[in-house]
Amino acid sequence: MKRVITGNQAVAYGVILSRVEVISAYPITPQTTIVEELSELIASGRLNTRFLKVESEHSAMAALIGASTGGVRCFTATSSHGLAYMHEMLHWASGARLPIVMVNVNRAIGPPWNIWNDQSDSLSQRDTGWIQFYCENNQEVLDTILQAYRIAESVKLPVMVVLDAYVLSHTSEPVEIPSMDEVDAFLPPYCPEFPIDTQEPRSYSVIATPEHFFEFRYKVQKAMEEVPEVVKKVDNEFRARFGRGYGAIERYGKEEAEVLLITSGTVTSTSGIVIRKLIEKGRSVAGVKIKRFRPFPSEEIYKVIRGAKKLAVIDRNLSPGVGGIFAHELRASLYSGEERPEVFGFISGLGGRDITPDLIEEAIQYTWEHPRPEGEILWLGLKK
Amino acid sequence: MKNMEIPLSENLGHGHLACAGCGAAISMRLTLKALGEKTVMVFPASCWSIIPGFWPYSSYRITAIHAGFVTGGATASGVRAALDIRGDHETLVTVWAGDGATFDIGLQALSGAAERNEDIIYICNDNEGYMNTGTQRSSATPYLAWTTTTPVMQPKENPKKDIMAIMADHQIPYAATATIAYPEDLIKKMEKAKKIRGSRFIHLLSPCPPGWRTPSEVSVKISRLAVRSRVFPLYEIENGRTYTIQEETRIVPVREYLKLQGRFSHLTEKDIEEIQKRVDDTWERLMKRARC
Repeated sequence: MKRVITGNQAVAYGVILSRVEVISAYPITPQTTIVEELSELIASGRLNTRFLKVESEHSAMAALIGASTGGVRCFTATSSHGLAYMHEMLHWASGARLPIVMVNVNRAIGPPWNIWNDQSDSLSQRDTGWIQFYCENNQEVLDTILQAYRIAESVKLPVMVVLDAYVLSHTSEPVEIPSMDEVDAFLPPYCPEFPIDTQEPRSYSVIATPEHFFEFRYKVQKAMEEVPEVVKKVDNEFRARFGRGYGAIERYGKEEAEVLLITSGTVTSTSGIVIRKLIEKGRSVAGVKIKRFRPFPSEEIYKVIRGAKKLAVIDRNLSPGVGGIFAHELRASLYSGEERPEVFGFISGLGGRDITPDLIEEAIQYTWEHPRPEGEILWLGLKK
Repeated sequence: MKNMEIPLSENLGHGHLACAGCGAAISMRLTLKALGEKTVMVFPASCWSIIPGFWPYSSYRITAIHAGFVTGGATASGVRAALDIRGDHETLVTVWAGDGATFDIGLQALSGAAERNEDIIYICNDNEGYMNTGTQRSSATPYLAWTTTTPVMQPKENPKKDIMAIMADHQIPYAATATIAYPEDLIKKMEKAKKIRGSRFIHLLSPCPPGWRTPSEVSVKISRLAVRSRVFPLYEIENGRTYTIQEETRIVPVREYLKLQGRFSHLTEKDIEEIQKRVDDTWERLMKRARC
């Protein structure tokens, strides 16, 4: 069934189709319509789902930690300050190896107060042990939620599915909504390994001394290392069943390109138009979309950048004192490779300022013209 | 009080790491006797992060979920939701939280759970301070008590927060106080709470020998004096309205309670009089609420 829906509605469909059993959430702009939509669907009584309307984001995640320990499939959604408030519990969810899926609608963190699109909220949670996917359109949002449960439950790590505020969350586009039967065939019910059982009492998340703690963390890393293979397998199966697939990254444009544009989220769609136009003009350019930010797809990226001399990275986020986070991670991952193309780190669109085709072209043009960047941070669209 | 049988079951095993004379260890032992094996207990960080022992060992014979400091009410809500969805409405979901996790940092999550009337028993094990971190003041620390952050030159200036009134005003079906010197009362209240659905709150006073600066053998005596001096009256509140007070007839001056504890050894006569006055006022306030 094809329907014209917003990104936030696509989230709600994804959650319902995944047969989520416990939802716990707190409203925040621009996530709010997700919780409204889910409340309506659950109030209709068609689902065996409990929705805990908690008093904060911190409690939203804590409640899911309790529910997931209890052995059911869980969901929450948040944005910005809400995500930051959850921070402690994000570490807890991954340390406890709970396959919770959360949607984060990217929004800037204040002050100055701002409700618009910016990736600084989710990227500042990069070290919490969550798998992170950035989506480009509403179809990808829905599909990624379905995949996220398969991945999370397979590696026992939580997954964050990220979409851009407004550009996706509040913008309608046609989305193919699979049937419940199709999704059931793809996503079996969650079978926890150690559910609560008072006949066989266990202790969860208890104290581990220096004698043991280290190995628990090592196992989280090992689980992260399994993620690329699992994502590939799940995505291939998804493609076979539904005719759509994504991969950890996606390369488009010229086969052999001197300049590669690296983006994530909706900037990729705009970039696609710009790159097509430039190729028509005879430029040798291509683009790479990074969907899976955690674990960072170093190997996948390395395979597709061979031959490129320069990488132009557009970051809609800022780690003060470092620069763009995608650029930073990319530089680190290239360091051990034989080919080390120049990385041009552009910062643009903070706090929801539009990243227009003109700005993207400006970034490519700059990269084209300069043998190396004139600084670690290149400001794109900054008013001077 | 009528004699009753204390259940023989032991769900807190040997080898735990509580201090000698720990009032909370007795509280826990009695509580688990009353609650039984079909219990999940959520533990926000406290002394009870340590007492049952280090992974892979545990002295609990019940399901235990260690949880974030702030999250008792929220984590338990989630566990309840999961069990309900799985069709298990019988297993008790409980929280065992210290006074810090209840009166202070976890008050929001507790209030949220109580407002939603979550089907849980929230037990506050109150030792009147941050004892696991070495005795710092909490909002449950009594007026003029010494702690490491309220030194004798400037002991605690504020009265103890009235958590029972706060919980009663959430209009939850059941709230009660209990303490280890009255084990039959404690068990009776736990058993009563077990039969009620919705949010239930039990406030346990658990003397802490290192934090209260008392010898380890007087914990039960201090618990008894807390009740007799009316520092910690035993009572129940149903639906935020109906009060039942287990009145202690052998009343003693608050001085008897204070003088056994090193944390009050700096008090002057005037201080003790002031504390007596405040205890009397608080008792009057409770009586007034109970009469309404």
